[in-house]
Amino acid sequence: MSNDPPKLLLDDVHKAFGPKVVLNGLNLTLHKGESIVVIGGSGTGKSVMLKCVLGLLRPDAGRIQVDGEDVVGMGGGKRDRVLRKFGMLFQNAALFDSLSVWENVAFGLVEGAGMAREEAREISLDKLRRVGLGPDVAELSPAALSGGMRKRVGLARAIATEPEIIFFDEPTTGLDPIMGDVINHLIVECVRDLGASTITITHDMSSARTIAHRVAMLYKGRILWIGPADRIDDSGNPYVEQFIHGRADGPIQMEVLKT
Amino acid sequence: MNPLAIVGRVVLGFLNTAGKLSIFTGQAVSSCFAPPVYLRLIGRQLLAIGYYSLPVVGLTAIFTGAVLALQIYIGSSRFNAESTVAFIVVIAITRELGPVLAGLMVGGRVGAAMAAELGTMRVTEQIDALVTLQTNPMKYLVAPRLIAATIAMPLLVAIADIIGVMGGYLVSVNKLDFNAATYLKNTFDVLEADDVVSGLIKAAVFGFIIALMGCYHGFNSSGGAQGVGRATTNAVVSGLILILVANYIMTDLFFA
Repeated sequence: MSNDPPKLLLDDVHKAFGPKVVLNGLNLTLHKGESIVVIGGSGTGKSVMLKCVLGLLRPDAGRIQVDGEDVVGMGGGKRDRVLRKFGMLFQNAALFDSLSVWENVAFGLVEGAGMAREEAREISLDKLRRVGLGPDVAELSPAALSGGMRKRVGLARAIATEPEIIFFDEPTTGLDPIMGDVINHLIVECVRDLGASTITITHDMSSARTIAHRVAMLYKGRILWIGPADRIDDSGNPYVEQFIHGRADGPIQMEVLKT
Repeated sequence: MNPLAIVGRVVLGFLNTAGKLSIFTGQAVSSCFAPPVYLRLIGRQLLAIGYYSLPVVGLTAIFTGAVLALQIYIGSSRFNAESTVAFIVVIAITRELGPVLAGLMVGGRVGAAMAAELGTMRVTEQIDALVTLQTNPMKYLVAPRLIAATIAMPLLVAIADIIGVMGGYLVSVNKLDFNAATYLKNTFDVLEADDVVSGLIKAAVFGFIIALMGCYHGFNSSGGAQGVGRATTNAVVSGLILILVANYIMTDLFFA
Protein backbone atom coordinates (compact mmCIF):
# COMPACT_ATOMS: atom_id res chain seq x y z
CA MET A 1 0.00 0.00 0.00
CA SER A 2 1.39 3.46 -0.89
CA ASN A 3 1.78 6.33 1.56
CA ASP A 4 -0.90 8.30 -0.23
CA PRO A 5 -3.85 9.19 1.97
CA PRO A 6 -6.92 7.00 1.40
CA LYS A 7 -9.38 8.23 -1.21
CA LEU A 8 -12.02 8.36 1.48
CA LEU A 9 -11.84 8.14 5.24
CA LEU A 10 -14.75 8.08 7.66
CA ASP A 11 -13.60 8.34 11.23
CA ASP A 12 -16.00 7.90 14.16
CA VAL A 13 -18.92 9.45 12.25
CA HIS A 14 -22.14 10.00 14.19
CA LYS A 15 -25.51 11.08 12.87
CA ALA A 16 -28.91 11.11 14.58
CA PHE A 17 -32.32 12.34 13.54
CA GLY A 18 -33.93 13.47 16.78
CA PRO A 19 -33.81 10.52 19.17
CA LYS A 20 -33.06 8.02 16.36
CA VAL A 21 -29.34 7.30 16.14
CA VAL A 22 -28.46 6.27 12.58
CA LEU A 23 -24.65 6.40 12.47
CA ASN A 24 -22.98 5.53 15.73
CA GLY A 25 -19.22 5.79 15.38
CA LEU A 26 -18.81 4.64 11.79
CA ASN A 27 -15.26 3.97 10.60
CA LEU A 28 -14.44 3.11 6.99
CA THR A 29 -11.42 3.56 4.74
CA LEU A 30 -11.59 3.38 0.95
CA HIS A 31 -8.31 3.09 -0.93
CA LYS A 32 -7.51 4.11 -4.51
CA GLY A 33 -8.96 1.68 -7.04
CA GLU A 34 -10.73 -0.30 -4.34
CA SER A 35 -14.34 -1.46 -4.45
CA ILE A 36 -16.10 -1.80 -1.11
CA VAL A 37 -19.61 -3.20 -0.88
CA VAL A 38 -21.57 -2.20 2.21
CA ILE A 39 -24.29 -4.66 3.19
CA GLY A 40 -26.80 -4.39 5.98
CA GLY A 41 -30.51 -4.34 6.70
CA SER A 42 -32.85 -1.51 5.85
CA GLY A 43 -32.50 1.50 8.12
CA THR A 44 -28.98 0.67 9.31
CA GLY A 45 -27.59 3.94 7.95
CA LYS A 46 -26.09 2.93 4.60
CA SER A 47 -27.62 5.73 2.53
CA VAL A 48 -27.10 8.25 5.34
CA MET A 49 -23.39 7.37 5.27
CA LEU A 50 -23.17 8.25 1.57
CA LYS A 51 -25.19 11.45 2.06
CA CYS A 52 -22.85 12.56 4.85
CA VAL A 53 -19.84 12.09 2.55
CA LEU A 54 -21.52 14.04 -0.27
CA GLY A 55 -22.49 16.89 2.07
CA LEU A 56 -26.21 16.26 1.61
CA LEU A 57 -26.34 15.65 5.35
CA ARG A 58 -23.99 17.02 8.00
CA PRO A 59 -22.71 14.50 10.52
CA ASP A 60 -23.18 15.38 14.19
CA ALA A 61 -19.63 14.32 14.99
CA GLY A 62 -16.64 12.63 13.40
CA ARG A 63 -14.28 13.24 10.53
CA ILE A 64 -14.71 12.65 6.82
CA GLN A 65 -11.68 13.09 4.56
CA VAL A 66 -11.43 12.92 0.78
CA ASP A 67 -7.81 12.55 -0.41
CA GLY A 68 -6.69 13.64 3.06
CA GLU A 69 -8.83 16.79 3.06
CA ASP A 70 -11.53 17.32 5.71
CA VAL A 71 -14.86 17.86 3.97
CA VAL A 72 -17.35 18.17 6.85
CA GLY A 73 -18.83 21.67 6.80
CA MET A 74 -17.06 22.54 3.56
CA GLY A 75 -19.10 24.87 1.35
CA GLY A 76 -19.16 26.90 -1.84
CA GLY A 77 -16.37 26.47 -4.39
CA LYS A 78 -14.36 24.11 -2.17
CA ARG A 79 -17.34 21.75 -1.91
CA ASP A 80 -17.84 21.88 -5.71
CA ARG A 81 -14.17 21.04 -6.23
CA VAL A 82 -14.47 18.00 -3.96
CA LEU A 83 -17.80 16.94 -5.51
CA ARG A 84 -16.14 16.88 -8.94
CA LYS A 85 -14.32 13.76 -7.70
CA PHE A 86 -17.63 11.96 -7.10
CA GLY A 87 -20.18 10.20 -9.22
CA MET A 88 -23.31 8.56 -7.90
CA LEU A 89 -25.86 6.07 -9.14
CA PHE A 90 -29.01 6.60 -7.09
CA GLN A 91 -31.32 3.78 -6.05
CA ASN A 92 -34.07 4.78 -8.49
CA ALA A 93 -31.58 6.41 -10.86
CA ALA A 94 -32.96 9.92 -9.96
CA LEU A 95 -33.02 10.96 -13.60
CA PHE A 96 -34.29 14.48 -14.30
CA ASP A 97 -37.78 14.12 -15.79
CA SER A 98 -37.61 17.44 -17.61
CA LEU A 99 -34.50 16.51 -19.60
CA SER A 100 -33.90 13.94 -22.33
CA VAL A 101 -31.71 10.90 -21.70
CA TRP A 102 -28.58 12.42 -23.27
CA GLU A 103 -29.11 15.70 -21.39
CA ASN A 104 -29.27 13.70 -18.16
CA VAL A 105 -25.99 11.97 -18.94
CA ALA A 106 -24.35 15.23 -20.06
CA PHE A 107 -25.67 17.24 -17.09
CA GLY A 108 -22.50 17.10 -15.00
CA LEU A 109 -20.39 18.00 -18.02
CA VAL A 110 -22.52 20.98 -19.07
CA GLU A 111 -23.60 22.42 -15.72
CA GLY A 112 -20.76 21.18 -13.50
CA ALA A 113 -17.74 21.40 -15.82
CA GLY A 114 -19.08 24.11 -18.17
CA MET A 115 -18.58 22.06 -21.34
CA ALA A 116 -20.28 23.08 -24.61
CA ARG A 117 -23.53 21.18 -25.22
CA GLU A 118 -22.46 19.66 -28.54
CA GLU A 119 -19.23 18.28 -27.09
CA ALA A 120 -21.07 17.02 -24.02
CA ARG A 121 -23.66 15.35 -26.27
CA GLU A 122 -20.93 13.37 -28.05
CA ILE A 123 -19.49 12.22 -24.74
CA SER A 124 -22.92 11.29 -23.41
CA LEU A 125 -23.63 9.20 -26.53
CA ASP A 126 -20.32 7.43 -26.00
CA LYS A 127 -21.15 6.74 -22.33
CA LEU A 128 -24.60 5.47 -23.31
CA ARG A 129 -22.93 3.13 -25.81
CA ARG A 130 -20.69 1.83 -23.01
CA VAL A 131 -23.73 0.85 -20.97
CA GLY A 132 -25.34 -0.82 -23.97
CA LEU A 133 -27.76 1.90 -25.05
CA GLY A 134 -27.90 3.19 -28.62
CA PRO A 135 -28.33 6.75 -29.89
CA ASP A 136 -32.06 6.05 -30.46
CA VAL A 137 -32.49 6.13 -26.67
CA ALA A 138 -30.66 9.43 -26.30
CA GLU A 139 -33.57 11.64 -27.29
CA LEU A 140 -36.16 9.79 -25.20
CA SER A 141 -37.61 11.11 -21.98
CA PRO A 142 -36.64 9.13 -18.83
CA ALA A 143 -40.36 8.36 -18.38
CA ALA A 144 -40.22 6.25 -21.54
CA LEU A 145 -37.51 3.92 -20.15
CA SER A 146 -37.80 0.58 -18.37
CA GLY A 147 -36.28 0.09 -14.90
CA GLY A 148 -33.16 -1.57 -16.30
CA MET A 149 -32.66 1.15 -18.88
CA ARG A 150 -33.07 3.85 -16.23
CA LYS A 151 -30.34 2.19 -14.15
CA ARG A 152 -28.07 2.07 -17.18
CA VAL A 153 -28.68 5.75 -17.93
CA GLY A 154 -28.00 6.50 -14.25
CA LEU A 155 -24.75 4.55 -14.52
CA ALA A 156 -23.79 6.44 -17.70
CA ARG A 157 -24.47 9.72 -15.86
CA ALA A 158 -22.42 8.58 -12.86
CA ILE A 159 -19.35 7.83 -15.01
CA ALA A 160 -19.79 10.69 -17.54
CA THR A 161 -17.45 13.06 -15.72
CA GLU A 162 -14.94 10.23 -15.13
CA PRO A 163 -15.02 10.62 -11.34
CA GLU A 164 -12.39 9.26 -8.97
CA ILE A 165 -14.92 7.95 -6.46
CA ILE A 166 -18.28 6.44 -7.41
CA PHE A 167 -21.16 5.52 -5.10
CA PHE A 168 -23.73 2.95 -6.18
CA ASP A 169 -26.87 2.95 -4.06
CA GLU A 170 -28.62 -0.41 -4.46
CA PRO A 171 -27.79 -0.70 -8.18
CA THR A 172 -29.74 -3.92 -8.75
CA THR A 173 -32.81 -3.30 -6.59
CA GLY A 174 -36.03 -3.76 -8.53
CA LEU A 175 -34.36 -5.49 -11.49
CA ASP A 176 -34.75 -9.08 -12.64
CA PRO A 177 -31.72 -11.32 -11.92
CA ILE A 178 -30.44 -11.21 -15.50
CA MET A 179 -30.64 -7.43 -15.75
CA GLY A 180 -29.11 -7.24 -12.26
CA ASP A 181 -26.14 -9.28 -13.47
CA VAL A 182 -25.82 -7.08 -16.55
CA ILE A 183 -25.68 -3.99 -14.32
CA ASN A 184 -23.14 -5.66 -12.01
CA HIS A 185 -20.81 -6.45 -14.89
CA LEU A 186 -21.24 -2.98 -16.36
CA ILE A 187 -20.25 -1.53 -13.00
CA VAL A 188 -17.16 -3.75 -12.83
CA GLU A 189 -16.14 -2.86 -16.39
CA CYS A 190 -16.73 0.87 -16.04
CA VAL A 191 -14.93 1.08 -12.72
CA ARG A 192 -11.99 -0.97 -14.01
CA ASP A 193 -11.67 1.27 -17.08
CA LEU A 194 -11.84 4.45 -15.02
CA GLY A 195 -9.63 3.17 -12.20
CA ALA A 196 -12.14 4.63 -9.77
CA SER A 197 -12.68 3.78 -6.11
CA THR A 198 -16.21 2.72 -5.32
CA ILE A 199 -18.64 2.14 -2.48
CA THR A 200 -21.70 0.08 -3.33
CA ILE A 201 -24.70 -0.31 -1.07
CA THR A 202 -26.68 -3.44 -1.68
CA HIS A 203 -28.79 -6.20 -0.18
CA ASP A 204 -28.02 -8.37 -3.18
CA MET A 205 -25.27 -10.88 -2.26
CA SER A 206 -24.76 -11.86 -5.89
CA SER A 207 -24.07 -8.21 -6.64
CA ALA A 208 -21.72 -7.97 -3.66
CA ARG A 209 -19.72 -11.02 -4.77
CA THR A 210 -19.38 -9.67 -8.33
CA ILE A 211 -18.46 -6.08 -7.50
CA ALA A 212 -16.55 -6.13 -4.21
CA HIS A 213 -12.91 -6.28 -3.27
CA ARG A 214 -13.97 -5.92 0.35
CA VAL A 215 -17.36 -6.31 1.99
CA ALA A 216 -18.42 -4.33 5.06
CA MET A 217 -21.43 -5.19 7.18
CA LEU A 218 -23.20 -2.19 8.70
CA TYR A 219 -25.36 -2.80 11.74
CA LYS A 220 -26.86 -0.23 14.11
CA GLY A 221 -24.81 2.57 12.65
CA ARG A 222 -21.34 1.02 12.79
CA ILE A 223 -19.25 -1.41 10.78
CA LEU A 224 -19.68 -4.80 12.41
CA TRP A 225 -17.39 -6.75 10.09
CA ILE A 226 -15.18 -5.91 7.14
CA GLY A 227 -13.08 -8.28 5.08
CA PRO A 228 -12.17 -9.52 1.62
CA ALA A 229 -15.12 -10.50 -0.57
CA ASP A 230 -13.89 -14.09 -0.85
CA ARG A 231 -13.97 -14.41 2.97
CA ILE A 232 -17.61 -13.44 3.29
CA ASP A 233 -18.79 -17.06 3.44
CA ASP A 234 -16.44 -17.95 6.31
CA SER A 235 -16.49 -14.65 8.17
CA GLY A 236 -17.15 -16.34 11.50
CA ASN A 237 -19.48 -13.49 12.35
CA PRO A 238 -23.03 -14.64 13.21
CA TYR A 239 -24.54 -11.32 12.06
CA VAL A 240 -22.88 -11.60 8.65
CA GLU A 241 -23.83 -15.24 8.31
CA GLN A 242 -27.46 -14.54 9.16
CA PHE A 243 -27.56 -11.68 6.66
CA ILE A 244 -25.91 -13.40 3.71
CA HIS A 245 -28.06 -16.49 4.13
CA GLY A 246 -31.20 -14.43 4.66
CA ARG A 247 -32.26 -16.24 7.82
CA ALA A 248 -35.01 -14.86 10.05
CA ASP A 249 -33.43 -16.49 13.12
CA GLY A 250 -30.19 -15.14 14.47
CA PRO A 251 -28.71 -12.20 16.36
CA ILE A 252 -30.37 -9.65 14.05
CA GLN A 253 -33.93 -9.32 15.26
CA MET A 254 -36.24 -7.64 12.77
CA GLU A 255 -38.84 -5.33 14.21
CA VAL A 256 -41.96 -7.18 13.06
CA LEU A 257 -45.22 -7.59 14.85
CA LYS A 258 -46.00 -11.24 15.32
CA THR A 259 -49.68 -12.18 15.53
CA MET B 1 -52.70 17.98 28.45
CA ASN B 2 -51.27 21.17 29.93
CA PRO B 3 -52.73 24.14 27.95
CA LEU B 4 -49.47 26.02 28.45
CA ALA B 5 -47.59 23.16 26.77
CA ILE B 6 -49.97 23.30 23.79
CA VAL B 7 -49.46 27.06 23.42
CA GLY B 8 -45.71 26.60 23.77
CA ARG B 9 -45.65 23.88 21.13
CA VAL B 10 -47.67 26.02 18.70
CA VAL B 11 -45.43 29.06 19.27
CA LEU B 12 -42.25 27.01 18.87
CA GLY B 13 -43.63 25.40 15.70
CA PHE B 14 -44.47 28.82 14.28
CA LEU B 15 -41.04 30.23 15.14
CA ASN B 16 -39.37 27.16 13.64
CA THR B 17 -41.27 27.55 10.36
CA ALA B 18 -40.70 31.31 10.30
CA GLY B 19 -36.98 30.79 10.84
CA LYS B 20 -36.71 28.14 8.13
CA LEU B 21 -38.70 30.27 5.70
CA SER B 22 -36.54 33.32 6.45
CA ILE B 23 -33.33 31.37 5.80
CA PHE B 24 -34.80 29.87 2.61
CA THR B 25 -35.89 33.34 1.43
CA GLY B 26 -32.43 34.77 2.09
CA GLN B 27 -30.74 31.95 0.21
CA ALA B 28 -33.26 32.15 -2.64
CA VAL B 29 -32.90 35.91 -3.10
CA SER B 30 -29.10 35.81 -2.94
CA SER B 31 -29.07 32.96 -5.47
CA CYS B 32 -31.00 35.22 -7.89
CA PHE B 33 -28.09 37.69 -7.93
CA ALA B 34 -25.19 35.22 -8.00
CA PRO B 35 -23.84 33.53 -11.12
CA PRO B 36 -24.50 31.31 -12.92
CA VAL B 37 -27.75 32.74 -14.32
CA TYR B 38 -29.76 30.07 -16.13
CA LEU B 39 -31.37 32.18 -18.86
CA ARG B 40 -32.83 29.15 -20.64
CA LEU B 41 -34.58 28.03 -17.46
CA ILE B 42 -35.85 31.54 -16.76
CA GLY B 43 -37.27 31.64 -20.31
CA ARG B 44 -38.94 28.26 -19.80
CA GLN B 45 -40.49 29.43 -16.52
CA LEU B 46 -41.65 32.71 -18.09
CA LEU B 47 -43.51 30.61 -20.63
CA ALA B 48 -45.00 28.29 -17.99
CA ILE B 49 -45.95 31.03 -15.52
CA GLY B 50 -46.78 33.89 -17.89
CA TYR B 51 -47.89 32.65 -21.27
CA TYR B 52 -49.79 29.57 -20.12
CA SER B 53 -51.59 31.57 -17.40
CA LEU B 54 -52.95 34.06 -19.95
CA PRO B 55 -56.22 32.20 -20.66
CA VAL B 56 -57.20 31.80 -17.00
CA VAL B 57 -56.17 35.36 -16.09
CA GLY B 58 -57.87 36.80 -19.19
CA LEU B 59 -61.14 34.99 -18.51
CA THR B 60 -61.06 36.03 -14.86
CA ALA B 61 -60.43 39.66 -15.81
CA ILE B 62 -63.12 39.95 -18.50
CA PHE B 63 -65.87 38.46 -16.36
CA THR B 64 -64.79 40.45 -13.30
CA GLY B 65 -64.89 43.70 -15.31
CA ALA B 66 -68.28 42.76 -16.72
CA VAL B 67 -69.80 41.87 -13.34
CA LEU B 68 -68.29 44.98 -11.78
CA ALA B 69 -69.97 47.17 -14.40
CA LEU B 70 -73.33 45.49 -13.81
CA GLN B 71 -73.13 45.76 -10.01
CA ILE B 72 -71.93 49.36 -9.98
CA TYR B 73 -74.66 50.32 -12.43
CA ILE B 74 -77.31 48.73 -10.21
CA GLY B 75 -75.92 50.41 -7.09
CA SER B 76 -75.20 53.81 -8.60
CA SER B 77 -78.59 54.04 -10.32
CA ARG B 78 -80.17 54.31 -6.86
CA PHE B 79 -78.42 57.70 -6.55
CA ASN B 80 -78.67 58.66 -10.24
CA ALA B 81 -74.89 58.32 -10.44
CA GLU B 82 -74.65 55.91 -13.36
CA SER B 83 -71.83 57.93 -14.91
CA THR B 84 -69.49 56.66 -12.19
CA VAL B 85 -69.47 53.14 -13.68
CA ALA B 86 -66.47 53.80 -15.92
CA PHE B 87 -64.52 55.51 -13.11
CA ILE B 88 -65.07 52.78 -10.57
CA VAL B 89 -64.45 49.92 -12.99
CA VAL B 90 -61.07 51.22 -14.09
CA ILE B 91 -59.92 52.18 -10.58
CA ALA B 92 -61.08 48.89 -9.05
CA ILE B 93 -59.52 46.82 -11.80
CA THR B 94 -56.14 48.53 -11.95
CA ARG B 95 -55.65 49.09 -8.23
CA GLU B 96 -57.14 45.95 -6.71
CA LEU B 97 -59.00 43.37 -8.71
CA GLY B 98 -56.50 42.99 -11.55
CA PRO B 99 -53.48 42.21 -9.36
CA VAL B 100 -55.35 40.37 -6.59
CA LEU B 101 -57.48 38.13 -8.80
CA ALA B 102 -54.58 37.42 -11.17
CA GLY B 103 -52.45 36.67 -8.09
CA LEU B 104 -55.02 34.26 -6.71
CA MET B 105 -55.54 32.49 -10.05
CA VAL B 106 -51.82 32.22 -10.84
CA GLY B 107 -51.14 31.29 -7.22
CA GLY B 108 -53.46 28.32 -7.52
CA ARG B 109 -52.19 27.24 -10.90
CA VAL B 110 -48.47 27.93 -10.66
CA GLY B 111 -47.89 27.56 -6.91
CA ALA B 112 -49.35 24.06 -7.01
CA ALA B 113 -47.34 23.10 -10.09
CA MET B 114 -44.07 24.35 -8.58
CA ALA B 115 -44.62 22.59 -5.26
CA ALA B 116 -45.61 19.33 -6.97
CA GLU B 117 -42.65 19.39 -9.36
CA LEU B 118 -40.02 20.28 -6.77
CA GLY B 119 -41.63 17.99 -4.20
CA THR B 120 -41.45 15.06 -6.60
CA MET B 121 -37.84 15.95 -7.37
CA ARG B 122 -37.10 15.95 -3.65
CA VAL B 123 -38.69 12.59 -2.85
CA THR B 124 -37.17 10.91 -5.94
CA GLU B 125 -33.68 12.19 -4.98
CA GLN B 126 -33.40 14.36 -8.09
CA ILE B 127 -32.44 17.37 -5.93
CA ASP B 128 -29.72 15.29 -4.25
CA ALA B 129 -28.57 14.23 -7.71
CA LEU B 130 -28.22 17.89 -8.69
CA VAL B 131 -25.85 18.45 -5.76
CA THR B 132 -23.71 15.45 -6.69
CA LEU B 133 -23.47 16.93 -10.21
CA GLN B 134 -22.00 20.16 -8.73
CA THR B 135 -25.17 22.15 -9.36
CA ASN B 136 -26.65 24.35 -6.65
CA PRO B 137 -30.40 23.49 -6.51
CA MET B 138 -31.23 26.98 -5.22
CA LYS B 139 -29.67 28.55 -8.30
CA TYR B 140 -30.87 25.90 -10.75
CA LEU B 141 -34.42 25.33 -9.49
CA VAL B 142 -35.48 28.17 -7.22
CA ALA B 143 -33.86 31.30 -8.69
CA PRO B 144 -35.30 30.88 -12.24
CA ARG B 145 -38.81 30.39 -10.81
CA LEU B 146 -38.53 33.43 -8.52
CA ILE B 147 -37.16 35.66 -11.28
CA ALA B 148 -39.68 34.48 -13.86
CA ALA B 149 -42.69 34.82 -11.53
CA THR B 150 -41.63 38.31 -10.44
CA ILE B 151 -41.32 39.39 -14.09
CA ALA B 152 -44.33 37.51 -15.47
CA MET B 153 -46.94 38.66 -12.94
CA PRO B 154 -46.77 42.42 -13.75
CA LEU B 155 -47.00 41.56 -17.47
CA LEU B 156 -50.03 39.34 -16.81
CA VAL B 157 -51.65 42.01 -14.67
CA ALA B 158 -51.08 44.70 -17.31
CA ILE B 159 -52.95 42.49 -19.76
CA ALA B 160 -55.60 41.65 -17.13
CA ASP B 161 -56.14 45.39 -16.52
CA ILE B 162 -56.84 45.98 -20.22
CA ILE B 163 -59.11 42.94 -20.54
CA GLY B 164 -60.95 43.76 -17.30
CA VAL B 165 -61.66 47.33 -18.37
CA MET B 166 -62.76 45.96 -21.73
CA GLY B 167 -65.19 43.61 -19.94
CA GLY B 168 -66.76 46.58 -18.16
CA TYR B 169 -66.84 48.53 -21.43
CA LEU B 170 -68.57 45.71 -23.35
CA VAL B 171 -71.32 45.32 -20.74
CA SER B 172 -71.76 49.07 -20.31
CA VAL B 173 -72.01 49.78 -24.03
CA ASN B 174 -73.88 46.69 -25.23
CA LYS B 175 -76.16 45.97 -22.29
CA LEU B 176 -76.47 49.18 -20.30
CA ASP B 177 -76.64 51.48 -23.35
CA PHE B 178 -73.72 53.71 -22.41
CA ASN B 179 -72.19 55.83 -25.15
CA ALA B 180 -68.92 54.14 -26.21
CA ALA B 181 -66.92 57.34 -26.67
CA THR B 182 -68.12 58.84 -23.38
CA TYR B 183 -67.35 55.62 -21.50
CA LEU B 184 -63.80 55.54 -22.84
CA LYS B 185 -63.29 59.27 -22.17
CA ASN B 186 -64.48 58.83 -18.57
CA THR B 187 -62.17 55.86 -18.17
CA PHE B 188 -59.07 57.69 -19.37
CA ASP B 189 -59.95 60.93 -17.58
CA VAL B 190 -59.95 59.29 -14.19
CA LEU B 191 -57.07 56.90 -14.72
CA GLU B 192 -53.71 58.01 -13.27
CA ALA B 193 -50.30 56.45 -13.68
CA ASP B 194 -50.16 55.67 -9.94
CA ASP B 195 -53.25 53.45 -10.23
CA VAL B 196 -51.58 51.25 -12.81
CA VAL B 197 -48.08 51.35 -11.34
CA SER B 198 -49.26 50.44 -7.82
CA GLY B 199 -51.09 47.44 -9.29
CA LEU B 200 -48.01 46.34 -11.19
CA ILE B 201 -45.81 46.64 -8.09
CA LYS B 202 -48.34 44.54 -6.20
CA ALA B 203 -48.27 42.01 -9.02
CA ALA B 204 -44.47 41.69 -8.83
CA VAL B 205 -44.67 41.10 -5.07
CA PHE B 206 -47.47 38.54 -5.56
CA GLY B 207 -45.37 36.75 -8.21
CA PHE B 208 -42.47 36.57 -5.77
CA ILE B 209 -44.74 35.22 -3.02
CA ILE B 210 -46.29 32.57 -5.30
CA ALA B 211 -42.90 31.27 -6.45
CA LEU B 212 -41.39 31.46 -2.97
CA MET B 213 -44.20 29.43 -1.39
CA GLY B 214 -44.25 26.91 -4.24
CA CYS B 215 -40.49 26.41 -4.06
CA TYR B 216 -40.27 26.41 -0.26
CA HIS B 217 -42.93 23.79 0.27
CA GLY B 218 -41.80 21.68 -2.68
CA PHE B 219 -38.14 21.88 -1.68
CA ASN B 220 -38.90 20.79 1.89
CA SER B 221 -41.42 18.07 1.12
CA SER B 222 -40.89 14.57 2.46
CA GLY B 223 -42.78 11.34 2.86
CA GLY B 224 -43.50 10.20 -0.69
CA ALA B 225 -46.69 10.92 -2.62
CA GLN B 226 -48.59 11.99 0.48
CA GLY B 227 -45.84 14.45 1.36
CA VAL B 228 -45.90 15.93 -2.13
CA GLY B 229 -49.69 16.33 -1.89
CA ARG B 230 -49.33 18.04 1.49
CA ALA B 231 -46.62 20.34 0.12
CA THR B 232 -48.84 21.29 -2.82
CA THR B 233 -51.79 22.13 -0.58
CA ASN B 234 -49.60 24.12 1.82
CA ALA B 235 -47.98 26.02 -1.04
CA VAL B 236 -51.33 27.12 -2.46
CA VAL B 237 -52.98 27.95 0.88
CA SER B 238 -50.00 29.84 2.32
CA GLY B 239 -49.38 31.60 -1.00
CA LEU B 240 -52.97 32.84 -1.29
CA ILE B 241 -53.13 33.99 2.33
CA LEU B 242 -49.82 35.83 2.04
CA ILE B 243 -51.06 37.52 -1.15
CA LEU B 244 -54.11 38.86 0.68
CA VAL B 245 -52.02 40.02 3.66
CA ALA B 246 -49.41 41.62 1.40
CA ASN B 247 -52.16 43.30 -0.59
CA TYR B 248 -53.54 44.99 2.51
CA ILE B 249 -50.09 46.12 3.65
CA MET B 250 -49.19 47.53 0.22
CA THR B 251 -52.57 49.25 -0.22
CA ASP B 252 -52.06 50.87 3.18
CA LEU B 253 -48.55 51.97 2.18
CA PHE B 254 -49.51 53.29 -1.26
CA PHE B 255 -52.85 54.99 -0.60
CA ALA B 256 -53.39 55.56 3.14
